Amino acid sequence: MTDLAIAANGLRKSYGDKLVLDGVDLAVPEGTIFSLLGPNGAGKTTAVKILSTLVGADAGEIRIGGHDLATAPQAVRAAIGVTGQFSAVDGLITGEENMLLMADLHHLSKREGRRVAAELLERFDLTEAAKKPASTYSGGMKRRLDIAMTLVGDPRIIFLDEPTTGLDPRSRHNMWQIIRELVSDGVTVFLTTQYLEEADELADRIAVLNDGRIAAEGTAEELKRLIPGGHVRLRFTDPAAYRSATGAFPGASGDDDSLSLRIPSDGSQRELRSLLDRLDSAGVEADELTVHTPDLDDVFFALTGSKVPAQPAQAMRPTVPNQPA
Amino acid sequence: MSSLSLAVRDSSTMLRRNLLHARRYPSLTLNLLLTPVMLLLLFVYIFGDTMSAGIGGGDRADYIAYLVPGLLLMTIGSTTIGTAVSVSNDMTEGIIARFRTMAIHRPSVLVGHVVGSVLQCVMSVVLVGAVAVAIGFRSTGATALEWLAAFGLLVLFATALTWIAVGMGLISPNAEAASNNAMPLIFLPLISSTFVPIASMPGWFQPIAEYQPFTPAIETLRGLLLGTEIGHNGWLAVAWCVGLTVLGYFWSTSKFNSDPK
Repeated sequence: MTDLAIAANGLRKSYGDKLVLDGVDLAVPEGTIFSLLGPNGAGKTTAVKILSTLVGADAGEIRIGGHDLATAPQAVRAAIGVTGQFSAVDGLITGEENMLLMADLHHLSKREGRRVAAELLERFDLTEAAKKPASTYSGGMKRRLDIAMTLVGDPRIIFLDEPTTGLDPRSRHNMWQIIRELVSDGVTVFLTTQYLEEADELADRIAVLNDGRIAAEGTAEELKRLIPGGHVRLRFTDPAAYRSATGAFPGASGDDDSLSLRIPSDGSQRELRSLLDRLDSAGVEADELTVHTPDLDDVFFALTGSKVPAQPAQAMRPTVPNQPA
Repeated sequence: MSSLSLAVRDSSTMLRRNLLHARRYPSLTLNLLLTPVMLLLLFVYIFGDTMSAGIGGGDRADYIAYLVPGLLLMTIGSTTIGTAVSVSNDMTEGIIARFRTMAIHRPSVLVGHVVGSVLQCVMSVVLVGAVAVAIGFRSTGATALEWLAAFGLLVLFATALTWIAVGMGLISPNAEAASNNAMPLIFLPLISSTFVPIASMPGWFQPIAEYQPFTPAIETLRGLLLGTEIGHNGWLAVAWCVGLTVLGYFWSTSKFNSDPK
């Protein structure tokens, strides 16, 4: 067995009579990206808060970087870096002053502190804004400054709580690139997200958290096998066209009210072509064609058999009309 | 690094952060200074004749002398309201959560606030004192040792009120609540011997006014600066300061160490 950067056993936490974490086990090998995937309110943030020593657990054993969290919290703190969901920057002072504050708290010498601060500001494209108060930064810039501050102490284990929530697509891709670079230096990353796509892009292993319990755990491929495949949705305005399309695809499920047809498909080029061919040979033209890849709702549907409350995850999914995702 | 030098280093880092805040956004501190300065001018120039007649028929200069020691301590009370507000504001910032997950000396976050606030108190006292001297306050009879003792008392008193204010800031969910919770710090001097002698108050109220923290400190400061009788007030003042400091320290650190919401 390789060394575990994060090991948790039977993690429990409740706030009042609300049970937030109900016996969570986690094992994250060193140098990997682990993603805790789940909707709002699943307990992701609470898990990060406990693992990063911010709040205490009601029960459970936790070892971070080889240190027992209950008996040696300062040793754990020395090994980790945390970027929470809400920006942990001091808005009243400048980006550079924030960085130097971190350098001072990590007891770097003045010269070393200035060097590290300048280097990280440069790396995260913040040199130009370095002399401006952090409160004037955009969401993406604040998040970058936040991560830059986390990296000052050169932590071996980094917790990122929903690092891309609220970012525009471009900033999101920048953030993904940043996270990938972190692991290439041998750092362990523990990341929470609401987006399956994000976990898929980044994580070596994914655990799905639902209602305070791990509903499933595995690689992205393993999880996807648990999920019913994607589908193509055809929508019609002409009831006659809808009826002939229904005839052409016996395996599809139709919705007579919205005149739409749901055809199982993995969204690959080959399957789409054969689908279009069949539409052509049936002589019908759909008014709209959308390709759906499995999303978080599908995962939850498959894993828990219950429909989770609609999450922003849905709106973020690439359901671009007439374009394979 | 030993734990003491860690504590000192982290605390001075936090102090620098707080002083940076105070320097960037001085308006809060300056606004709080207005209250004691306005009261000083109001009681001397508007109510001065009646007030000086009330304390035994002296002239305006006598009343200035009577008033200033209390107002200097009131300045400290007023400044520490700002401390409660800024601590409360600070706790809502994400950066505090970051500090909690770092291997730093934990109380340094609060110690930084306290030392910063005491320095601000000293500055405020100097400014209000300068206004007092400008309108005729003199303490030329005091020896250097008495001056030093007066300064020490002011610093001690500022430390005590600051720790209490930090606790008030920690239990307040927002700046408005902090400002309300800290009201006693500016209200107590009004019912002390700042403006009128305790003996002129209703009998049932005198014990309250006499033994609350401000009055012994005011009487001690009066004695040191103007040579009036100090009596048991010296010990009482020091006891209040030490007691409030210890109480405020344990209250604040236990609040800060408990899990954030």
